[in-house]
Amino acid sequence: MKRPITIAVLAIGGQGGGVLVDWIVALAEREGWQAQSTSVPGVAQRTGATIYYVEVIETEGGRTPVFSAMAAPGDVDIVIAAEWMEAGRAIQRGLVTPDRTILIASTHRAFAVSEKEAPGDGVADSGAVTDAAVAASQRFVAFDMAALAERAGSVVSSVLFGALCGTGALPFPRAAFEATITEAGVGVQGSLRGFALGLDGVAAPPPRVGPVAVVVDGLAPVGHPPYDALLARAATFPAAAHDMLAEGLRHVVGYQDVAYGSAYLDAVEGVGPSVAETAAKYIARAMAYDDVIRVAALKTQPARSPRIQKEMAGQVLAVTEFMHPRMEELLGLLSPGLGMAIERRPRLVALLDRVFCGPKRIRTDTIFGFLMLYVVAGLRGRRRKTLRHAREFVRIEAWLNAVRMVAAEDPALAAELLANQRLIKGYSETHARGLDKFARVMAAADRLRGRPDAADWVRRLRDAALKDEQGLALDAALRTVDTFLNERTAA
Amino acid sequence: MAERSFAREVQQLRLGAGAEFRGEGILAITKALLENGVGYVAGYQGAPISHLMDVLADASDILSELGVHFESSANEATAAATLATSMMYPIRGAVTFKSTAGTNVASDALSNLSSSGVVGGAMIVLGEDYGEGSSIMQERSHAFAMKSQIWLLDPRPNLPSIVAMVEHGFALSEASSTPVMLEVRIRACHVHGSFVTKDNRPPPFTLTQAREMPVRDTSRIVLPPASYAQEKDKIARRWPAAVDYIQRHGLNEFFDGDVPEVGIILQGGMYNGVMRALMRMGLADIWGNTRVPLYVLNVTYPLVDPEIVRFCTGKRAVLVVEEGQPDFIEQSLSKTLREAELPVRLLGKRVLPMAGEYTVAVLEEGVRGFFATVGVAVELTPRANAAAILDEEPVRALASVVPARPPGFCTGCPERPIFSAMKLVEKELGRHHIAADIGCHLFSILPPFNVGATTMGYGLGPASASALNGGTGKRTIAFLGDGGFWHNGLNSSIGNAVYNKSDSVTVIVDNHYSAATGGQDLLSSRASTRRRSTNNSIARAVKGVGAGWVRQIDRTYDVARMRATLRDALTTAVRGPKVIVASSECMLNRQRREKPLLAAAAKAGKRVVRPRFGVDQDVCTGDHACMRLSGCPSLSLKHTGEKLRDDPVAVVDNSCVGCGHCGEVANAAVLCPSFYRADIVENPGWVDRVLGRIRGAVIGALQRRRAARHWMPA
Repeated sequence: MKRPITIAVLAIGGQGGGVLVDWIVALAEREGWQAQSTSVPGVAQRTGATIYYVEVIETEGGRTPVFSAMAAPGDVDIVIAAEWMEAGRAIQRGLVTPDRTILIASTHRAFAVSEKEAPGDGVADSGAVTDAAVAASQRFVAFDMAALAERAGSVVSSVLFGALCGTGALPFPRAAFEATITEAGVGVQGSLRGFALGLDGVAAPPPRVGPVAVVVDGLAPVGHPPYDALLARAATFPAAAHDMLAEGLRHVVGYQDVAYGSAYLDAVEGVGPSVAETAAKYIARAMAYDDVIRVAALKTQPARSPRIQKEMAGQVLAVTEFMHPRMEELLGLLSPGLGMAIERRPRLVALLDRVFCGPKRIRTDTIFGFLMLYVVAGLRGRRRKTLRHAREFVRIEAWLNAVRMVAAEDPALAAELLANQRLIKGYSETHARGLDKFARVMAAADRLRGRPDAADWVRRLRDAALKDEQGLALDAALRTVDTFLNERTAA
Repeated sequence: MAERSFAREVQQLRLGAGAEFRGEGILAITKALLENGVGYVAGYQGAPISHLMDVLADASDILSELGVHFESSANEATAAATLATSMMYPIRGAVTFKSTAGTNVASDALSNLSSSGVVGGAMIVLGEDYGEGSSIMQERSHAFAMKSQIWLLDPRPNLPSIVAMVEHGFALSEASSTPVMLEVRIRACHVHGSFVTKDNRPPPFTLTQAREMPVRDTSRIVLPPASYAQEKDKIARRWPAAVDYIQRHGLNEFFDGDVPEVGIILQGGMYNGVMRALMRMGLADIWGNTRVPLYVLNVTYPLVDPEIVRFCTGKRAVLVVEEGQPDFIEQSLSKTLREAELPVRLLGKRVLPMAGEYTVAVLEEGVRGFFATVGVAVELTPRANAAAILDEEPVRALASVVPARPPGFCTGCPERPIFSAMKLVEKELGRHHIAADIGCHLFSILPPFNVGATTMGYGLGPASASALNGGTGKRTIAFLGDGGFWHNGLNSSIGNAVYNKSDSVTVIVDNHYSAATGGQDLLSSRASTRRRSTNNSIARAVKGVGAGWVRQIDRTYDVARMRATLRDALTTAVRGPKVIVASSECMLNRQRREKPLLAAAAKAGKRVVRPRFGVDQDVCTGDHACMRLSGCPSLSLKHTGEKLRDDPVAVVDNSCVGCGHCGEVANAAVLCPSFYRADIVENPGWVDRVLGRIRGAVIGALQRRRAARHWMPA
């Protein structure tokens, strides 16, 4: 029985799904076919998942087809997804079936709020969509069409339209597709470029561009003798840790100086060879804590300006920083004695707060603004004599102590304790909350010590702590731990 | 200016007899109104008929040429009241709004209109917002038709059928002195199709004639004793006249089939879905041929008993396809068949779900259930559904992977900072009862803001917190959009709070447009337009009804000020309603307005500066606190690939419009120093170049000095 070609388009509001649908309809009609499109817009247009549906059929002697206004599971020939998770959604909705559906999808990601708001890594597993797409589709065409669109100076719809042409799923020639774009008359040149890239992509999908790992040549000397001595020392550590040590050394020496790098190696060595790689990673992060000196240094380093120029893809005239120094941070720059003496005088603190703290907009492209941060960055030399440093090292020492205590008996647990450093991030209140979560997980770890599943539980607690801001998941996980620990005590 | 311009499409409204019109259902309805000599049109925007209002606004010139009056009504009640002209004068009028939200608001006027009856055709075009994509509570318009006795047209969802029903609708209205409702579902409103046009007809009796020769007839006014007579007239004269018209002109359609022992009675709007379900079962083809006889109700109220009896006679069983609940049609059919003493089984909601949208899959299940129940000896094509693949492990695994993606604030939306501030204030002062309203600002109820406990209807946010507004302790906070404010909120919410000395806080979110419905202008819009009066201040109106504590904020992006004002409103010793008017232009509209101008200026060689935000990747610690106070689509994540990092960092992508929210919120909430604003210049002037060179030289020298003293590994 004659049936129409059915096409579902899944997009995110604002992606231009409607443009693509209009092109498909216009294409079919200019080729003498009949077409119907429907959409479910409304408020869904505002960044939400949106679905469009098109049916086209070859005209048959003046007869009028009865089109369906909605996609039916098991009945869709072509599914076009303008984003990777939307491809997953199409599969979930039953629109992609192995007997008939060609799935054309862009592999780029537009993260949903739920993925972005997790304090840890809440990003959905793209591989799961690949697996499902392979299982559910008859044919599967996927590549990063957003990147191609950017290259073409166009939007993802034009690349998708090209990919649709490339699959040959619609019996229309390339010229007809291109004429449709031209006739629509909006952003024609960019769209045609995007179209061509999409079309070529079907035959030869461009390679996947993932995050590029920073390539470091292990521990090879760099020609700076004091630093090379550190690298040579690091080379005596277990081989598995070499790459991480190279990275860690680069980080802490850049943060402070070569002597600090030496202290770093001492600390890594101190926790023992069984967890050297993990130690190399997290001790580097802990020692390079985020203080105002570091922020000022990062904001004034020579590489920054070219990077911003590149990222902004245009000539940058002014750069305004959004800073909010607080008294804690300023006092942290003083020596422990002076800092704590001022801390004990709340009225003085309040006065200084009014003078020096609060929201500041600093123009680092101007000489004066740059100088302010430049001077702060210049305090690096006396960092190890500051109150902040003293406090950080009290915590770091306690943490490494806890690691050292279990390193021999339970290396897995030691590694997990090291990884708890991941909980400490952010600034001000976020940082305080991180410290609190860190302390709670470490305390629980202390109680879990000696159990065969201690490492496993610490990992679970940490994952829970990274799920939400308030620590609700952590609370729940800690209650579970309490329950079984108390049971044991009772028994 | 509305979000979407139909300036190009409306040219089709000029098409003459015999031409082919191609376009959206909404535009086809507009064309049909003009072909049928409509004298005036009014309405209130709202999905799915927003575009109808936009089309009419863009077609103002064509309407003027024909002498057709068009108004953007203050609300649906105003729109419905507009039809009073057809009550007294032989002038056809049409109004439009979404249903059932709009019909609720309009029902006072609709009841009066239908009681009085009409002399000129009166048509209410209802955008039936039911099923997927709907933004309102799920109810049926059918009940309104029944309670007020307004005829309900539910045409098959294709352009020729819809257009024909506009023509018949006016005639039916005039033949029976009764207003009619033309019900168009979401997808039909946006369906793309074609039909053959006729010439436009100017109204034969003009509005000027009506003004010059006013008519008064007390029998048409709803007051005793006329109102009693009107009710009797509905039954004695208008109803039979309507049934007669429907039958004579064959508004309902019969489709024969070669399985005559059964049949399906369906709402016109369900036709395409039912046909596709039958096609999937091998009982119909794409060209509209069906093996199962169909009786299609293009008029679902009133029902035509003789037609029902004719269709059902000789059948063993009949299926009723009626979307939504209660099952008014099925109940009515039962009575008709019983009275006619026909031995036919009637199945409807027994094999189809009582509630929810009738998708093709649902309809197919229902028809198969019907065939199985009554035992029809016809071979059916096996189900072609997706059940098998949905059951496979890789597909099932998606359930925990694919994130929900509800609609949210657009990039740069001026409402986002209001709710960031709200969230920050709640961190200081604890949780409050927060009443939400209808509009884009309702997205606040979703993550990451999670602000708002109720929505009770348009303009009713503050009203919905009324009972909580006595006594002492925490104050309630209510949100109200500029759309809801002018719709009825000025009176229902603000006036009410003033009069009752309510000790409450109201935030009026003023984005200069009726933004959620597509950016239509309002009384307080800032643009000056030729045909409307704009620039009427909300703050002045609020003060005008007696509110004392009123604060106007003209840049919502100032999160710190927004927070301070909210804090002040919640803690001030002043009793009575506290009203904050938070105004900044809808970014979607602003971009649409400004982008082409800036592009043109840049092209012409003028100096153009445009802000964009960025994140210093090294400074960002990947805690995502900014996301939890923003949710901006352009504020995204990036895995850096650095060995020392586990979590992705924040990144601002190139869709950033430079609104500044991320920087402001990082500042106000003391989050982190990662954000910076870059002002990007095109066609820099000589001052820019010279200053840039000097600064670059000094900064470069300083950097070289430091590099010489602090060795860093590459």
